[in-house]
Amino acid sequence: MTAIEEINLTVNGERSTHRVPVRMNLVDFLRNELGLTGSHVGCEHGVCGACTVEVNGACVRGCLMLAVQADGLEVTTIEGLTASGRAGALQAAFHRRNSLQCGFCTPGMLASALEYCERGGAADRAAIREHIAGNYCRCTGYQSIVDAIYEVIAAEEAQ
Amino acid sequence: MKAAEFDYAKPRTVDEALAILASHEGEVRPIAGGQSLMPMMNFRLAQPDMLMDLNALEELQGIRDEGGFIIIGAMTRYRELECSELIAAHIPLICAALPHIAHAAIRNRGTIGGSIALADPAAEMPALMLALEATITVVSSRGVRRILADEFFLGLYETALADDEIITEIHVPRSKAPAHFAFCELARRHGDYAIVGIAITAQEIMPMRGLRVALFSVSDRPVRAVAIEQALENTSVGDAGAMKLAVQAIGSMAFQDDLNATDKTKLHLVGVLLKRALTELCT
Ligand SMILES: Cc1cc2nc3c(=O)[nH]c(=O)nc-3n(C[C@H](O)[C@H](O)[C@H](O)COP(=O)(O)OP(=O)(O)OC[C@H]3O[C@@H](n4cnc5c(N)ncnc54)[C@H](O)[C@@H]3O)c2cc1C
Ligand code: FES
Ligand code: FES
Repeated sequence: MTAIEEINLTVNGERSTHRVPVRMNLVDFLRNELGLTGSHVGCEHGVCGACTVEVNGACVRGCLMLAVQADGLEVTTIEGLTASGRAGALQAAFHRRNSLQCGFCTPGMLASALEYCERGGAADRAAIREHIAGNYCRCTGYQSIVDAIYEVIAAEEAQ
Repeated sequence: MKAAEFDYAKPRTVDEALAILASHEGEVRPIAGGQSLMPMMNFRLAQPDMLMDLNALEELQGIRDEGGFIIIGAMTRYRELECSELIAAHIPLICAALPHIAHAAIRNRGTIGGSIALADPAAEMPALMLALEATITVVSSRGVRRILADEFFLGLYETALADDEIITEIHVPRSKAPAHFAFCELARRHGDYAIVGIAITAQEIMPMRGLRVALFSVSDRPVRAVAIEQALENTSVGDAGAMKLAVQAIGSMAFQDDLNATDKTKLHLVGVLLKRALTELCT
């Protein structure tokens, strides 16, 4: 018999209540139950970073957390980061720099990059690379992604 | 893949958790950060009957300075260690190791207790516990045990922890977390598990006294390199004779192959890291 629990959580600013199978992970819940398909599913074991979302303001792997564990918490996906404009500068820079091709890694990459910027990360290419080492991109070769993140931080510092 | 079916419990107190562990039939697995257990469950390497979530246990949280010890709750996340002033002031060795553990998103959730309970031979925290002479407190409905790190790690993913016990906190003696420390590891990519790694603490450095040398990713568990400690005790960095003895001491240790490297490669790399670490220790 499938164990089911009721959860109350806030996703992208909206509170709601759901009944979820306890074995369902957070990213499957966001995609399949809420239709928020911006978060992607790659490896399902924490390695690729495609499922990265924010929980209570910190990036986590959506595949390594259960939906039931998000009870009472606040989840922000790429849809929320876009709507609030928090990721706006990075998104514009990714666009300008051609920092995505297929776009599969992009939502997770943006969430990780945003955490780096918002934690006061330096305009330092090596440090940026280290921070996004947990997000795999099979298309771009990373160079343009690092360029975009660097550009956003450098522009902020110049102000 | 997805995890197999399981029941889920989220106790609010340690007593409640221990009652679940004592009474539930079938395998009850505590889940802390889930950063190792969730992959294991998704691969179906772990199929517990019940998952017991430790995330609501306030008793397992927080870092405090008490009675000559820095006491770290088992549910303290790597990120909290990174941000802790107490850790920065008293156990800088932990700060030196943290950037090497996985990635930011994993450090936001992974816990010190989870890493110690898992006892991955390539993990940083278990080796640090050896270098820092830490004590691990575990509880069950049968009572409390305090286990020295030296006696805690028994083999590949094997520890002194019994099935009905959970780790509650870690005591690091302040006197054993001195300003003299070094941490080095070699990994293929940033955030990967180490090919080999070393953590050293010393009470004094000119000459070196009270050394503790811990190696990881060399065997089925983190190991204290007592032979290296003895070879270097009371010598100075740069003492070629002592270094030769230390390298010989490494040669006498039994290393094990893994997917990353053969025992011979590891032997060589530990020698390289030891030199780097001793330089770092004394600068
Ligand atoms: C991509 C990736 C890269 C990683 N790289 C590294 C790395 O370089 N170095 C490294 O050290 N780790 C690495 N990890 C693992 C990470 O550090 C884990 O967080 C850690 O090993 C386990 O901590 P956790 O809190 O997530 O524990 P969980 O995954 O929740 O639990 C791990 C085990 O410990 C048990 N357990 C947890 N807490 C307790 C407790 N209080 N009492 C009793 N038993 C308990 C669980 O039952 C389980 O068996 C990586 C993980 C990923 C996904
Ligand atoms: S799908 Fe979560 S890290 Fe790859
Ligand atoms: S743009 Fe295709 S994986 Fe990154």
